Amino acid sequence: MSLVRRVATPLLAPLLAILVALVISALVILAIGQDPLAAVRVMFDFGDRPSQQTQAIVTVLNRAVPLFLAGLAVSVAFRMGLFNIGVEGQYRLATIIAAAVGAAVVLPAPLHVLLIVVVAMAVGALWAGIVGVLKVTRGVSEVISSIMLNFIALGLASYLLTGPLRGSGEGAAIITTATIPESGWFPSLNGLLSAVGLAEPRSDLYGFLLVAVVAGVVVSVLVKRTRFGFDLRASGMSASAASASGVDARGMVVKTMLISGAIAGLIGLPDLLGSTHNYGTEFTAGLGFLGIAVALLGRNNPVGIAFGALLFGFLDRAAIPLQFADIPASVVTIIQGTIVLSVVVANEVARRLVRRQAERAGGAAGAPATPAEPAEPAVRTESTGSKA
Amino acid sequence: MSTAAPVGARPGSAGRGPVTDLFLGGGRARRTTWLVVGLVVLFSAVRVISGQTSLTSSSTMAAALLLAVPLLLVALGGLFAERAGVVNIGLEGMMILGTWGAGFAGYQWGWAGAVVGGLVMGALGGLLHAVATVTFGVDHVISGVAINILAAGLVRFLSELLYTDNPAGGGVTQSPAVSSRPPSFSLPVLSSGPDLLGSLESRHWFLVSDVAGILRGFTSGVGVLTVVAVLLVPASYLVLWRTAFGLRLRSCGENPAAADSLGVPVYRLKYVAVLISGALAGLGGVFLVFIANIYREGQTGGRGFIGLAALIFGNWRPGGLAAGAGLFGYADALQLRSRTGVVALLLLVAVLLLAAAVWQATRGKVTQAVTAAAFAAVLLVGYITIDVLPEGIVSFTPHLTTLLVLSLASQRLRMPKADGLVYRRGEH
Amino acid sequence: MTQTTPLAVELRGITKRFPGVVANKDIELRVARGEVHAIVGENGAGKSTLMKTLYGMHRPDEGQVLLDGREVVFKSPADAIAAGVGMVHQHFMLADNLTVLENVVLGAEKRHGIGAGARDALLEISKAYALGLEPDTLVEDLGVGDRQRVEIAKVLYRGATTLILDEPTAVLVPQEVDELFGNLAELKREGLTVIFISHKLDEVRKVADSITVIRRGTTVGTADPRTTTAHQLAEMMVGAELPAAQSRTSTVRDTPVLELRGVTVAGPGARPAVDDVTLTVREGEVVGIAGVEGNGQAELVDAVLGLRPLAAGTVVLGGEDITGWSTRTRRERGIGFIPEDRHRQGMLLEAPLWENRVLGHQTEAPNAKGFFIDRKAARSDTERIMREYDVRAPGPDTLAVALSGGNQQKLIVGREMSARPRLLVAAHPTRGVDVGAQSVIWELLRDARAEGMGIVLISADLDELIGLSDTLQVMLRGALVATLDPTSLTPEELGGHMTGAASAGAA
Repeated sequence: MSLVRRVATPLLAPLLAILVALVISALVILAIGQDPLAAVRVMFDFGDRPSQQTQAIVTVLNRAVPLFLAGLAVSVAFRMGLFNIGVEGQYRLATIIAAAVGAAVVLPAPLHVLLIVVVAMAVGALWAGIVGVLKVTRGVSEVISSIMLNFIALGLASYLLTGPLRGSGEGAAIITTATIPESGWFPSLNGLLSAVGLAEPRSDLYGFLLVAVVAGVVVSVLVKRTRFGFDLRASGMSASAASASGVDARGMVVKTMLISGAIAGLIGLPDLLGSTHNYGTEFTAGLGFLGIAVALLGRNNPVGIAFGALLFGFLDRAAIPLQFADIPASVVTIIQGTIVLSVVVANEVARRLVRRQAERAGGAAGAPATPAEPAEPAVRTESTGSKA
Repeated sequence: MSTAAPVGARPGSAGRGPVTDLFLGGGRARRTTWLVVGLVVLFSAVRVISGQTSLTSSSTMAAALLLAVPLLLVALGGLFAERAGVVNIGLEGMMILGTWGAGFAGYQWGWAGAVVGGLVMGALGGLLHAVATVTFGVDHVISGVAINILAAGLVRFLSELLYTDNPAGGGVTQSPAVSSRPPSFSLPVLSSGPDLLGSLESRHWFLVSDVAGILRGFTSGVGVLTVVAVLLVPASYLVLWRTAFGLRLRSCGENPAAADSLGVPVYRLKYVAVLISGALAGLGGVFLVFIANIYREGQTGGRGFIGLAALIFGNWRPGGLAAGAGLFGYADALQLRSRTGVVALLLLVAVLLLAAAVWQATRGKVTQAVTAAAFAAVLLVGYITIDVLPEGIVSFTPHLTTLLVLSLASQRLRMPKADGLVYRRGEH
Repeated sequence: MTQTTPLAVELRGITKRFPGVVANKDIELRVARGEVHAIVGENGAGKSTLMKTLYGMHRPDEGQVLLDGREVVFKSPADAIAAGVGMVHQHFMLADNLTVLENVVLGAEKRHGIGAGARDALLEISKAYALGLEPDTLVEDLGVGDRQRVEIAKVLYRGATTLILDEPTAVLVPQEVDELFGNLAELKREGLTVIFISHKLDEVRKVADSITVIRRGTTVGTADPRTTTAHQLAEMMVGAELPAAQSRTSTVRDTPVLELRGVTVAGPGARPAVDDVTLTVREGEVVGIAGVEGNGQAELVDAVLGLRPLAAGTVVLGGEDITGWSTRTRRERGIGFIPEDRHRQGMLLEAPLWENRVLGHQTEAPNAKGFFIDRKAARSDTERIMREYDVRAPGPDTLAVALSGGNQQKLIVGREMSARPRLLVAAHPTRGVDVGAQSVIWELLRDARAEGMGIVLISADLDELIGLSDTLQVMLRGALVATLDPTSLTPEELGGHMTGAASAGAA
């Protein structure tokens, strides 16, 4: 296969899907009597002054970082055929506990941040681990249990916030945990921006971006290059073949959920360590579900997920400017939802095409006139483990 | 056996209430009856010990019924889809669409319009799911999740579009009020007029008052649509197990290739099943709108998922899922009615666990017995030491119940064999 | 059978192409009314494709289908059924969780509804053709023979006058085959036409009134079973001499490789799936396990590989007690595995060949380098396996799904042999592969045996079992019920032991 085809083939499906989604969204905007082109102009309008433009980029990146981590968390589980819908609960619970721990201690800066990160990862892993343990010991579908654990986590978080971990005073409009001292803040990357000649933005570019990049690289190497990753992908493609090959299926489920949960624990930290410095009722919600979308968009591949996260970050930034242009901000959600749905359809169609191509190629190369005789009636599609 | 006695078909059951009849799916009717009797006695005893009248009060029961009905409808929706082999995580999204549809049609054309609006919007969600899973072969769970995301976005968009400057009221997150309420009725003499059950209930006699409370809760101020929803349970059973259509639909969930080889139009049936599924989920949404008399964003509060859990709890059978919906509806009603009542629930579960411990011990399963006893002890301590549970914790009572029940019962459940498998005609 | 009455079924010049393959080419078939007509050909010759054409599961690219002298075009099986053609599939098309009655009436509800009327009609058919069916039993509780009779009942219920039976004896033991032939005789007596697909020549000669032979997708001729010998048929079928699964001189040594002592595996019900099995496999020995499928063979394999917990007993490999070892450790320490269903347990269909080479040997050289997978070494070793084991594929990056069954199986055999295991567990090693690959695999097993490998061979092909094994064990209801000497054994005798009919044969 030529390099061009190798790169282009996996890209084709998502690009096509995004195109379809944009056409549908344009029709929606037309239907409400607005000009789709105007909407596009608004979306791409990053402002006139250099600082405005840098600010727009920073806003997109700052939104993309948690989205990327969420997508990464979901994708690790996906790779072995597990559906971690519980990312939402995992990161919310992890963030509030990490915020409280961070506010309760005073440590030298790097250690302080490290402690918060470790606590968040541990809580996320623990919460996701419950899902894994219930699946292997009690046979509870991870889909149902992680949904239920989401509600429980949100309930617990709200209890902790209003009860034992409350830091804001009585009568405050927004209830929050106590604020983390400055030693527990993650330094911003604005220095980097000026180093490449960009104007100083109004707000900080999250330093956590670097952690996200590292996490992406680590996950990528782990999944693609290691024995553990092989076992994980094999389990995703065929659980029965994996266990016959010596993979401990039960252990694998728990380990994968722990890893997925640990990454999920990081999702809230860019905002926590970079801007809010406490967890409150207004803390960013919904990242877990968007993470599923981003993972699907990126076909469970870290590079793809990064692009997906940037795309969603870009769309989210456009919400407020769109409102100024008299276009409902929820158009963004519609675009995102349509993208997800068209991407999963496109991925499935692409997977089928690749498979059919392979069968055709093999049919010509292998022994002639041997269509596989015992036809299996139905095949479980492992679209969750599809290879990028 | 896959056959079960039709609900309410036993001549000897004439003396039982309609809700008791609900639990009689299957040839295990007698065992179920005894289970129900045992539970009533247990509840009654716990009510007397703890002094928490809310455990069996008619208001709790009425609330439980009210909250169980949407779950029941969603679970029935799930039943149709999953019996045809399509896993429907998108029930939540279809329910959301149903609430919006009910709000939109309801403020313009009253309650009947709301019903139609909810059914149509839910079915549209189902159609989307069918296109993705049946025609394009997308993984069922992924498609469902995508529909949930999309539905949430869509209703916000539509509200923003249609309600923000609407003279009838409403806004970005809610519709104008539904212009008429569906009719409701109470049983004369027993639950209204002289209200015999009500006076019995207020005596707080052991067992008698509890039964009266339960019955009164189910018979006073019941909406017509509640009755319809409850009747849908036996109706679904009859359709799925006693008609050719039902047999064909179930065959798609058990072995679609076999069905296809016999000329059963598998794709079309799956489409129909998922459409019905969406419509029923939408109807569940309509009920939520009726409870509040208005559409409000986030009204479903994850009930689509709990309905799905009720379906699994009920082992993919109408009677079972009704029991599941009842259980979760009750847990929800209790946490809304009385936070102290939830504490009494701890005692109840402790007693049940102790019974389980004894039973396991007699079967020689020491570990299970000890575990159950230990949990029982913890709950007992909890019951004695805790007065009121904080709001955050009480809010997830139904979800925790779901999780506990599933982790205890999951291994005995049997889902349709080809459930969740993408069927592609002629693909090997 | 004079030519004045029109033929029940006639196919003229049927050609069917699949992407990259011509499955059927210029097929001619003439089947008279009221006869049992056999279609023989080796695996992969295109028999099933042809029957799917006749049953309307796909449409031919060229050619005509005639029923009773009239040309018909079937768009779907429903059309075929309406025209009186029914098919009994090789892989049963039954829904386990539905009753016999529900399975039979499914799709034909218009005939007698799904209630009492349907039940009566089914019982009538069951009685007329001596099928012995109980309408309200769940299909999952039925044995193989009963399931096949349900399939036949399905076809008859729809009023079929022509029945296609696709490899109906593949899953049956000889005694069940005789029962089936009894049923077929009933059908013939009632004037029905039966098309019988098989590659087992003895059976064909026993049951058929006339025979059509298919080779490489096309008809090579017809034969009269009364005047044609099995040998002549075989030559028509293969176009050359048949490969035979005969082992040569014994290579059995004294050292035991595998010892099972009182191995018991819990079953779904009260009865254990594997019941107190004690067995020794020595170096250079092939121990064949015969048995009707579902008598605990699969569970026994799982027990040896550590895929299923033991309820009792010990597994000893080369003198070491490995009962508590994980599957991975067992495989690392010298157990090779050719699984019964390669798509389920042996391959990652959507992964490239080199990853399939790694599968099962993730921790071993040349595939692993410490914590990492050595992709380069694994790729080049895959190329070596493809060369040495004659795996025909474009390269190590080809997806496994692109390979034919035979080539997939050769890759699996090559992969397992490359690890030089002490013990090889081979479950149905030649199932669903073409004759060429079959003889290659038999040769490889013989070579491995000669080099001192111990082999546990599980197979439904009695000729394969008798031909390759040094010792034969018969498994019935989870227990080993007989030890037989394959050198003096006919398939019929073996079949008797497998059904428990001959219980006195224990040596």
